[in-house]
Amino acid sequence: MDAEYRFNHKHILSIDDFSTDDLSFIIQTAESFKEISTRSIKKVPTLRGKTIINLFFEPSTRTRLSFEIAAKRMSADTFNISASTSSATKGETLIDTVRNLEAMRPDAIIIRHSSSGSPHMLTRYISSSVINAGDGTHQHPSQAILDMMTVKEKKGHLKGLKVAIIGDITHSRVAHSNIVGFTKMGADVHVSGPRTMVPIGIEDMGATLHRSVADAVSGADVVMGLRIQKERQQDSLIPSLREYAQVFGINSTLMRLAKPDALIMHPGPINRGVEMTAEVADSAQSVILEQVTNGVAVRMALLYLVLGGE
Amino acid sequence: MQPILLKNGRIIDPVNGIDMVGNLLLHLAKCAQINPSSLPEGTREIDLTGKWVVPGLIDIHVHLREPGEEYKETIESGAQAAAAGGFTAVACMPNTKPVLDSAQMIEAVLSKAQKAACRVYPVGAISSHGQGSTLANMGEMFAAGAVAFTDDGLPVSDSQLMRRAMEYAGNYGVPIISHSEEIGLSRHGSMNEGPMSTRMGIIGIPHAAEEIMVYRDLALAELTGQHVHLAHISTKESVSLIRRAKANGCPVSAETAPHYFSLTEKAVGKYDTYAKMNPPLRMDYDVEAIKEGLQDGTLDVIASDHAPHSDLEKELEFDRAANGIIGLETSLSLALQLVRSNCIDEKKLVELMSSNPAKALGLPGGSLTVGNMADVTVIDPLRQYTYQRDEVVSRSKNSPFLGWNLTGKAVLTIVGGKVTYEDL
Repeated sequence: MDAEYRFNHKHILSIDDFSTDDLSFIIQTAESFKEISTRSIKKVPTLRGKTIINLFFEPSTRTRLSFEIAAKRMSADTFNISASTSSATKGETLIDTVRNLEAMRPDAIIIRHSSSGSPHMLTRYISSSVINAGDGTHQHPSQAILDMMTVKEKKGHLKGLKVAIIGDITHSRVAHSNIVGFTKMGADVHVSGPRTMVPIGIEDMGATLHRSVADAVSGADVVMGLRIQKERQQDSLIPSLREYAQVFGINSTLMRLAKPDALIMHPGPINRGVEMTAEVADSAQSVILEQVTNGVAVRMALLYLVLGGE
Repeated sequence: MQPILLKNGRIIDPVNGIDMVGNLLLHLAKCAQINPSSLPEGTREIDLTGKWVVPGLIDIHVHLREPGEEYKETIESGAQAAAAGGFTAVACMPNTKPVLDSAQMIEAVLSKAQKAACRVYPVGAISSHGQGSTLANMGEMFAAGAVAFTDDGLPVSDSQLMRRAMEYAGNYGVPIISHSEEIGLSRHGSMNEGPMSTRMGIIGIPHAAEEIMVYRDLALAELTGQHVHLAHISTKESVSLIRRAKANGCPVSAETAPHYFSLTEKAVGKYDTYAKMNPPLRMDYDVEAIKEGLQDGTLDVIASDHAPHSDLEKELEFDRAANGIIGLETSLSLALQLVRSNCIDEKKLVELMSSNPAKALGLPGGSLTVGNMADVTVIDPLRQYTYQRDEVVSRSKNSPFLGWNLTGKAVLTIVGGKVTYEDL
């Protein structure tokens, strides 16, 4: 990284917006913050006096809590709003909601919303920092960064690693941000899943697409499962969860094709027995819970960087 | 009504094979004479050196939103926008609230339109309430003044109903306008399907959603022998299908809109809802194919698909925002870009925006034939201006062209010998 490097982003919207220097710097910052969570008093005054609003239009326990813990460990004041996505039908638009919040002078608004691009839209109307905690099927940047941090921690580097992402690529903002992020950092991303769940142009994002899961996993350094929404069966995207588990599920037989020390990852929550067997999820290679731990550190880093904490 | 002499303009009238610099006299609401030797008393003489005098432009695909959504547009405000864009006549789509599906509704529109700044030709609905299940009273609507039938805004998904609609409209010699969209494929989509929609996480609308229905309606036109007019064509393959059908003698006409030859899906940029429309903006190769279709006559008409929406419908999350853009005031300027880039010539422009639209829906106008109604548009092909929000005449401002520097516009619009817009 250039000695002159400065992190210069007001918002966290999409991994596409970051350079490799930016991503390395965020991970490096997160690594330095990780230690705070191991102290007996897990709090530093870094963001004292800053106001952060968690605006979640979709149910999410872990991401919301992860951001909240991150903010509180930095001494920021946090407020949670779980708004219904149907607020528009009640007469208030997202822009109105956020303008009202803005009038209370928060420093950052963390938003999770079912519409792709909604965090981008907000930046046109408000002056607070906007942090995307998952927008539709677009991106989930903090998740991608915590995934990269976890892999880097275990493997020491990202460059040249083979990362296999298996499952519902189309509807996964985690997959989208990880494809962009890992590729940017020099890893080779390979994807596979039912063709009904692989969107057109995924190769344009930098991923190699495989017909068979085995090919994607073969020789992989990292194998990442994605959550399958049960309602996808109703959309005729998969015939049944049983068949999905048989054909696309990650099990120990499949894992034998990966490198012996391959990491097993999943953004959670896992449908045990569907996208991943319990045996795999709980194996020694699994870093699923470390992803969660690193999530707090990454979110502390992001808040620190966009809020210019001292 | 004061006689008008349009002097020294370049008179372009493809129907009569005229392209000459001369003087056109409008008298008693009619095109009276070219290069008259004497003038009636009190004639207003307007010097139009360097400008084009063409038959009044006709936009056969316009949403006027009245009744029901007058906060977006009214017949009056829409007609004013039309006049400002150089249009002397528009055909308005029936997907108002309620839908134009009865003689009374057609009469109500025509009655409101009497005082409007352009001629308004209502298009009736194919199905009752536009719900796509049973035929609306097309005969009554025709008698009341409907010039064509469509459920535009939505496709007629039931192929049998579409067949019957074509057959029934055949009794009256008017076309069915097809909104070609296979809704099972386009459902929930908000932009063109491809690498860009994947990257943006927006559900895409594949090209096939349009092409399947274009093919179906061409097949039904062949089957019934009835004229179908295909609205807002946006894809390369649709152009090919229409080209082939026309070569086989299929009774079809087709239109595209200026945004389909001026913009690609890239205009969606950072989730700009002003670039959200249906069919969606497509790819570079589609834009090229649309231009070729206009050039070789596969596409007969340029129509704006003027679709006003207030900020209430557009300042929303991308997937929730309304489809459509206004277009009456930019249509001509964007089409003139095709002339400047040598894609089409001046004669073709007039055909695409005046004589062919008249022919497609069997409307009067479209030529400067002596004795015809005095509907005339004067174009300054070199006028430069910036399209600005506070100068938009339409009640809604939803245009992706705001802020664009445009060249060429209508400077005088005359309907039945009466000036409805003047910016000389």
